[in-house]
Amino acid sequence: MTATTVAPVDERIAHVGVLRRLLVKPEFGALIGAIVVFVFFAFQSNVFRSMNGAANWLDTASTVGIMAVPVAMLMIGGHFDLSAGVQTGTAGLATGIMTTYWGLNVYASLVVSLLLMLFIGFINGYLVTRTGLPSFIITLGMFLGLQGINLGVTKQVTNTVQVSNLDLVPGYKALKDVLGSTISIGGAKFQIAILWWVLFTVLGSYALLKTRFGNWIFATGGDANASKNVGVPTARTTILLFMLTSTAAWFVGNTQIVRFGTIQAQVGIGQELIFIVAAVIGGCLLTGGYGSAVGATVGALIFGMTQQGIVYAGWNSDWFKLFVGAMLLLAVLANQFVRRFAEQSRR
Amino acid sequence: MSDNPTNEDRPAVEDVTELREVVADTDGAPLLEIREVTKMFGSVISLSEISTTVRAGQVTCVLGDNGAGKSTFIKILSGVYQPDHGELLVDGKPVTFSTPREALDAGIATVFQDLAMVPLMAIWRNFFLGSEPQKGWGPFKRFDEQTAKRITRKEMSDMGIDIRDTDQPVGTLSGGERQSVAIARAVHFGARLLILDEPTSALGVKQAGVVLKYIVQARDRGLGVIFITHNPHHAYPVGDRFLLLKRGKSLGDFAKSEITLPELTGLMAGGAELEQLAHELERGGGEEDGYTKGIAQQLLEDTKTLK
Repeated sequence: MTATTVAPVDERIAHVGVLRRLLVKPEFGALIGAIVVFVFFAFQSNVFRSMNGAANWLDTASTVGIMAVPVAMLMIGGHFDLSAGVQTGTAGLATGIMTTYWGLNVYASLVVSLLLMLFIGFINGYLVTRTGLPSFIITLGMFLGLQGINLGVTKQVTNTVQVSNLDLVPGYKALKDVLGSTISIGGAKFQIAILWWVLFTVLGSYALLKTRFGNWIFATGGDANASKNVGVPTARTTILLFMLTSTAAWFVGNTQIVRFGTIQAQVGIGQELIFIVAAVIGGCLLTGGYGSAVGATVGALIFGMTQQGIVYAGWNSDWFKLFVGAMLLLAVLANQFVRRFAEQSRR
Repeated sequence: MSDNPTNEDRPAVEDVTELREVVADTDGAPLLEIREVTKMFGSVISLSEISTTVRAGQVTCVLGDNGAGKSTFIKILSGVYQPDHGELLVDGKPVTFSTPREALDAGIATVFQDLAMVPLMAIWRNFFLGSEPQKGWGPFKRFDEQTAKRITRKEMSDMGIDIRDTDQPVGTLSGGERQSVAIARAVHFGARLLILDEPTSALGVKQAGVVLKYIVQARDRGLGVIFITHNPHHAYPVGDRFLLLKRGKSLGDFAKSEITLPELTGLMAGGAELEQLAHELERGGGEEDGYTKGIAQQLLEDTKTLK
């Protein structure tokens, strides 16, 4: 870095080229990956590139994406939530049981299940900040615990492993319009969840990059001790992030039960890793302090395109997870390479 | 920051030199006066009757080897510990700091060795970390990015550091540059007295020089500086006063006119004591050699008998 007299507009900023500016963005690698995946499957199958096809893979991507955004924010804050997937089930089951079995008003049930989810998120965050144990362990406990509660309570109340008939509950119609309706574009029906996904991404990205809270998230994940020393409320930030993840789980879980009228007791199990995969493909560092909400969304998009693309290309979908695994490794390696290149070239 | 010689003939420097003369001329109460401060931990006397002064526009160096009580001294000044005896006077008035926050409010800012910065975050984000300026209303409040970047750039250039890109992560800065960001941050948030905890200890020769330049810059802007170090060669060129600590006791509190660099180094190293130690080592070493020789011979004889 050279020292010259300060000018109001620093001419040296132009030397940091456009390409380099893009490369240092955490989501850049994922964007390239998404384009490659899209072009690949678009060549393989004409259904994939049709409006109907797009509606289909965007739908798959949206359910992952709505969760991947807060999960990415949590990862930037330095933590995992392994209970994120099973929490979607808890939220949907809670709403379902309260409305169909206990006869509670739909909106009241939604509020109660939201409070329940906020409580779960708070417990996760509180235990992590209070004990100082890795969030991996704390949320693994929560994951197993909720898995048991989901199945146990559902069986106790319904004598089956699912909660159904939400579509017969008064007030269902309005809910369906908001969470489970479709919008026709070019003859294809796009799920409204895709819009919600976009909204979550925009809000998440805004919070991360443009607010004080966002600054605290990066700081808490980057160096919690240093942040504490300059007055960042790291414990509060962590707890809020866990509660945010639980809020998204509430949203996704209720979207599921509203859309289909039915929800299985095992729903969401295993999804937590998919959210983390999307966040990592999107450029999140496992060690925290680095990542992006847009990246997580692009990661979810790649996931959705691959899952549906394999079906449209006529391949055996049993092999799907192999592709996801390979893509995860590829993305991490690409991200690492890109980051190193970008950091070196800055000096 | 590479040390570019063009930095020296910046126009701003002339103004601050004038400022320095004005500040140094004033004979009012010192910014901070430390009077016979003693701190004990149980029966261990960590600091014993330490006194010195810091004036605005001057650098007071605190020198001492490991275990001399430097960290205890810093922690008393920054409000982490409270002295058992003696008093602190800010602008001539006695004060007590029961928390670091109170010391900060009195304008005493400590830049600790770990600097309290997040390496992956941009300079401007680090600069305002924990005290982010906001604009907007209610839920639409947002981090005022423009203001943050502008102030960061301005504060840094006031220190004589011209940063190319405030978006650069702090982790990509050199040790000296990082130190300068921490100093500029302390100055911006109202510090009148800077306490720098071993700012040059982890740095190479060149980088240490850069940090010394920042210390001079801060001094020339009328700040009081307490520069903690164990290196008299770093302290002497920038210091106006020198407080020497050894095992919790003061070896003296000198104005620059009262002491030369060789004297300072001699005092630091413990002069006569060091000489004695050297002799002891020489003698001890010789005896040990003979002893080792004896063992070797014994071993040789033993192996022979075994055969």
